[in-house]
Amino acid sequence: MSEQQEPLFDLTLTEDQQLMRETVSRFATSEMREKSRAADEAGEAPEGFYERALELGFNMVQIPEDLGGMGAERSPISNMLLAEDLAVGDMSLAIGALSALSFVNTVLDQGSEAQKKKWLPRFAEEDVHQATIAMMEPQARFDSTDLKTTAKKDGDGYVIDGVKAMVPVAASSEVMLVVATLDGEPAAFFVEAGASGLAIEKQDHMGLRPLELCTVKLEGVKVGADAKLGEKLDLVRMLDLGKIGISALAVGTCQAVLDYVKEYCNERVAFGEPITYRQSVAFMIADIAIELEGMRLLTYRAAARAEQGLDFHEHAYRAHLQAAEKGMKIGTDGVQLLGGHGFIREHMVELWYRNLRAIGILSGCVTV
Amino acid sequence: MINLELPPKLEAARQGSRGLAEQLFRPISRKYDKQEHDYPEELRVLGGPRKAKTAEQIKEEQALRELAKAQEAKDEGKVKNGNNVQGIVSVTEMCRGDVGLMLSVPGVGLGNAAISAVATPEQKARFGHCYASMAITEPSTGSDSANISTTAVLDGDEWVINGEKIFITAGERCDHVVVWATLDKSMGKAAIKSFVVPRDAPGCELVGLEDKLGLRASDTATIRFDNCRVPKDNILGSPEVDAKKGFGGVMQTFDNTRPTVAAMALGVARASLDLTTEILKKEGVKADYAKDMWHSSAIEAELYRMEAEWDAARLLTMKAAFMSDNKEPNSMEASMCKAKAGRMGNYVTLRCVELCQAMGYSETELLEKWARDSKILDIFEGTQQIQLLIVARRLLGLSSAQLK
Repeated sequence: MSEQQEPLFDLTLTEDQQLMRETVSRFATSEMREKSRAADEAGEAPEGFYERALELGFNMVQIPEDLGGMGAERSPISNMLLAEDLAVGDMSLAIGALSALSFVNTVLDQGSEAQKKKWLPRFAEEDVHQATIAMMEPQARFDSTDLKTTAKKDGDGYVIDGVKAMVPVAASSEVMLVVATLDGEPAAFFVEAGASGLAIEKQDHMGLRPLELCTVKLEGVKVGADAKLGEKLDLVRMLDLGKIGISALAVGTCQAVLDYVKEYCNERVAFGEPITYRQSVAFMIADIAIELEGMRLLTYRAAARAEQGLDFHEHAYRAHLQAAEKGMKIGTDGVQLLGGHGFIREHMVELWYRNLRAIGILSGCVTV
Repeated sequence: MINLELPPKLEAARQGSRGLAEQLFRPISRKYDKQEHDYPEELRVLGGPRKAKTAEQIKEEQALRELAKAQEAKDEGKVKNGNNVQGIVSVTEMCRGDVGLMLSVPGVGLGNAAISAVATPEQKARFGHCYASMAITEPSTGSDSANISTTAVLDGDEWVINGEKIFITAGERCDHVVVWATLDKSMGKAAIKSFVVPRDAPGCELVGLEDKLGLRASDTATIRFDNCRVPKDNILGSPEVDAKKGFGGVMQTFDNTRPTVAAMALGVARASLDLTTEILKKEGVKADYAKDMWHSSAIEAELYRMEAEWDAARLLTMKAAFMSDNKEPNSMEASMCKAKAGRMGNYVTLRCVELCQAMGYSETELLEKWARDSKILDIFEGTQQIQLLIVARRLLGLSSAQLK
C-alpha cells in the first residue's frame, strides 16, 4: 500500500487470513466433521488426528524464530478464526487441537524469557507435543477469580494442592499450567506429567466426549522456583483471551447448526410441503442466523481490540455472555427443528446440543 | 483487516450529533411529549424551508459530484466508511437525545431517502431541496404494501392520484410527499410506483393527525388524494410496468432506511441504559464486569446482558451500513439488523423502567417515555415479523409464494 490509511470500521479479512480459513475449513470438513460422530461414540479422537492437525502448522507460527518458530506477531484475530473454523468441524477436536496453542499463547504473553526458551521449542517440532491449562474446579458455583487450589512457598519452590476439573487432554499432556491461589493472589505453575502427587483421571461428560477431559488431583505436588509463570499472573487477561476463544467455538458450532437445519428443513416435507414454508419453522431459522451473526461480531470485536492492544475485558465478557446464552438457544432450536429425528444420534444436532452446553461452563482452555 | 471500532474520522460527526442531542433535543423532550401536536419551534434553527437551487448552484453541485466520482474511481477496491456508516453513528447519537424530535428536524424526511435512492439527476435537482415525507400505508394495508389501492393514472402530461394514506411521519410538516400508488392493481406489485407530490398541490388534503403511544413529538398524518394532479416526470423510476422486475425500484430504499431505523432503536436504548446505569450507580450497583454473571447480583447481570444485546445490535447495524458503503448487496443484513435492534430496543427500554421501579415508571424521568417511543421502532419500516420473513426467504432461498 502506498499511502497509510487511517483505521476504518472494516470487516474484510487479510489475504493471509482468507487463505488460512480455506485450508482450515477443508481440514474441518474432511478430518473433523466426517469423523465427528464416530469420535463422540468412541470417546476419543480419531487415530492420527492430532498429527494431521499439527501439519496445519498453527502451533509454531507465533513462536520466535530463535526458538524454532516462524516469529509472526501474536494475532488473537487469527487464533480466533482458527477456533471458529475448526469448531465448524467438531468442537471437542477443535479444543484438543488448540490446547497446545493455548499453552503457547499464554507462555508468550506472560512467561519469562527463560520459560519461553524452556517450554516453547518443542511446539515448533514436527511431532505432537500436547500441553494444557488446568483452570476449572469441580465445585458448583465455580468462580475463576476465587480459586480453591492453593500454592504455598516451599523452600526454593512451591507446593500445590487442590482438584482441577474439565482439563482438556490432560492425560496426554507433557506439561500443564495449573492456576492456583498463592498468598491470596492468582498464579500459574508449570506442572510436568508424572510429577509426584499428581493424579489424572479421565472423566466422561455430557458432551465433548472425544476431548479427554480429565479431573486432575494435586496432593502436595512440588515444583521448582522457576515453575511459576512470569512475575505476576494477569489472570484477567488470560481468562479474557480464553473467553474469545470459547466464544469463537460457539460461533463455529452454531454455524454448523445453521447450515444443517437449513438443508434439513428445506427437504423435510410435512402437510404436503417443505416445513420451511411455515413461518414457525422459518422464523426460528432466521433467528438462529441473526443471533449467530451478533455473537460473531461481538467475538470479532473483542479479538480485534486485543490484537490492537486496546482494553478488551468488557468486550470479551459480553461476547462470552452472548455466546453462552444464544449458543445454547441455537443448540436447542437445532434439535427442535428436526423434531424426533433431532433426538436420534443419527443426526448431528444432538451432539452439537451437548457440546454447546459447555460454552457457558468452559474457562481458560482456548486462549487466543 | 478486521476492526470494529469507530474510525477517528467519524468521531467529530458523533460528537456533533451528541451535542445536538444533549443541548437541543433532551431539554425539550418531555415538553413535546406532552404537547403532542405542537411543532417544536426550537428546531427551526436547524433549517426551516430551504430555497430552490439556482442554475449556478446546480452546476456547482454537478462539478462536486464529478469530483467525488473521480475520487471514488481512484479509491476503487479500497474499503470505505461512507454516508451509511456515518449515518448510523449520527442517528444513534441524535436518538439518544430524542427520536421523535430527530424525526421532526425540518428538511429530513423518509421521502428524502427514497428520492436520493431512486431519483434521476434531473429529479434530484428538482426535489433535492424538498422536505419529503413518505406515504405508503393505507387504512386497510399495512405490512402488505404490495396490496395498496391508491391509484395513479396518466392524463396527458399529468398523473392523477386518488386514494387515502395513513401513518405518514411528518406528513403535516413536510412540503412534499412521496406517494406509493398503483398504475394497475391487477398487475400486482410490479405496477406500484412512487410519485413526488407537493403538499400544496390541489387535491392533496391533510385529514388528521394521530394520537400515539409514544413518538409524540413527531406528527403522524392522514392525507387524502382527491384527483390530485402532478407533472408527468414526478414519477420516481421508470413508468413502465415490468412484471419481471417487480418491486425492486420502490423496495431498494429499505436497504438504506432499515439500518437507519435500527440506529434509532440503538439511540433510544442507549439513552435508557445510560440513565439506568447512572441511577443504579448512585444506589451502589457497580456493574464493573469484575465477576461472572453467576457471581454478580441479578441487577448487575441484567445490565451486562442488556449491554451485550445492545452491542450485538449495534455491530449488526454497522455491518449492514458498511456493506452498503462498499456496494455489497445488503437486503438480508438490513433486515437482520432491523429485527435485532428493534426487539433489543424494546426489551432494553422496558427492562430499564422495571429496574428503576417507581422512578422508572414515573414521568419525573424520561425512562417511561423511551419505553413508549421504542415500540414503534420494532414496527415501522417493516415489523419484526416482516424482517424475519425477509431474512428467512433469503437464507432458505424461498419465494414469497412458498414462504408466505
